[in-house]
Amino acid sequence: MTPPLKNPFRAVVIGVSAGGLKALTTLLPLLPKAYPLPVLVVQHRLAESDDYLTKSLDRICAARVKEAEEKEAARAGHVYLAPANYHLLVERNETLSLSIDERENFSRPSIDVLFESAAYAWSARLIGIVLTGANADGARGLALIKKRGGLTLVQDPATAEHDAMPRAAMKACLVDHVLKLPEIGAFLNQIGISGINNAIE
Amino acid sequence: MNRDTEQIEIDLLLEAIFKRYGYDFRNYARASIERRTRRFLSKSGCRTIPEMIDRLLNDEVFFGGLVRDFSITVTELFRDPRVYASLRRQVVPMLKTHPFIKIWHAGCATGEEAYSLAILLKEEGLYDRATIFVTDFNDGALQKARQGIYSTDKIKEGTRNYQAAGGKNSFSDYYQARYDAVALDGALRKNMTFANYNLVTDGVFGEMHLILCRNVLIYFDRELQNRVFGLFGDSLVRGGFLCLGSKESPTFSTAADQFETVDKTAKIYRKRS
Repeated sequence: MTPPLKNPFRAVVIGVSAGGLKALTTLLPLLPKAYPLPVLVVQHRLAESDDYLTKSLDRICAARVKEAEEKEAARAGHVYLAPANYHLLVERNETLSLSIDERENFSRPSIDVLFESAAYAWSARLIGIVLTGANADGARGLALIKKRGGLTLVQDPATAEHDAMPRAAMKACLVDHVLKLPEIGAFLNQIGISGINNAIE
Repeated sequence: MNRDTEQIEIDLLLEAIFKRYGYDFRNYARASIERRTRRFLSKSGCRTIPEMIDRLLNDEVFFGGLVRDFSITVTELFRDPRVYASLRRQVVPMLKTHPFIKIWHAGCATGEEAYSLAILLKEEGLYDRATIFVTDFNDGALQKARQGIYSTDKIKEGTRNYQAAGGKNSFSDYYQARYDAVALDGALRKNMTFANYNLVTDGVFGEMHLILCRNVLIYFDRELQNRVFGLFGDSLVRGGFLCLGSKESPTFSTAADQFETVDKTAKIYRKRS
């Protein structure tokens, strides 16, 4: 095992589906402008959606919220949303890729596709979070994050607008923390400031 | 750089495919290729990637299955309707000034978008002066494109898209129902030439007035993208048009200064004259 480092993390990935607008507008504004990790988000939405969600989140967040563009580097202080009708993947050199591959779990973008590629890219240096949703996308991906040594968080199903997705994720692996949205925000902030040790205390 | 064993195995796999069959996936966007490799492995009956390499080297039919799996055939009739509306508005008037026009659909997959453009050309009175090259590296997909037979679900989706794209007639004018599938009008195929062509390894074969290559370049790494943008630049007449997928652009490629933007949202570019 690698000895614990002060700031071992490189990125945060978040998967969210039904109820996501409310969850993201609660959670993402809790991150400071200079949040030290890139945050990658898959929010299920209709194929023909425009960038309304991205723009409205950007308005209320201190961090920069934008749609992921292919080949761009995942940078700290940025929240990247998967564009409608494209899968979002992470390359091992920490750049972003898009694909129009078949839907996974009836979804494009799919949370599993992002989580699995991120798990391979970042292994133990990744934090994976599953929020509200009415399906099971993200469960397999979160299990792989866990398997590769990453840190796994799930929104407390009792507080999620739709509990199926958090529950499916909790069934797929032994998640590290089950938290309410404000607690997830506080946790991410702590990790951002001083790494894992303080956040867990 | 820390490369785990699987990374090395995938490198060897891609190298083996290239050396044995000439298909070059080495400069494909890596995360996607890894995903496809894992998926193909899990349904291949092989236990490990080295075992799969061994079989690929000796079994052409098995390799054919991999090519089908590695090529992306997700497409629609009139996919992204606003792109067709923009082609009608901004590209067709320019094409009309030429007595003959050459069009190249690069990476046509199962052909839906080639037929969509053929319909648009018919409605604009341009079809009869057009030669349309429809190419892909996947023979199976190309065969489907040549047949022009699609499921009724695809036709339903196509009908919606056609209307949103500003179609002038009824979409049902262009197909005939056959049992549980639908055959597109054979007349749409009259000026189409179908051919196996690989953007990674093949070269210039003509001077085009319009090239459509949508949602192919997102699967390539930067180096390969540069090659293909260069190839497109060399394959276009001055003032010729290039139509890309909605997340693709030549802006950050080494060929950027060859192109100017016609429609930023529809991703239509033009070779500078």
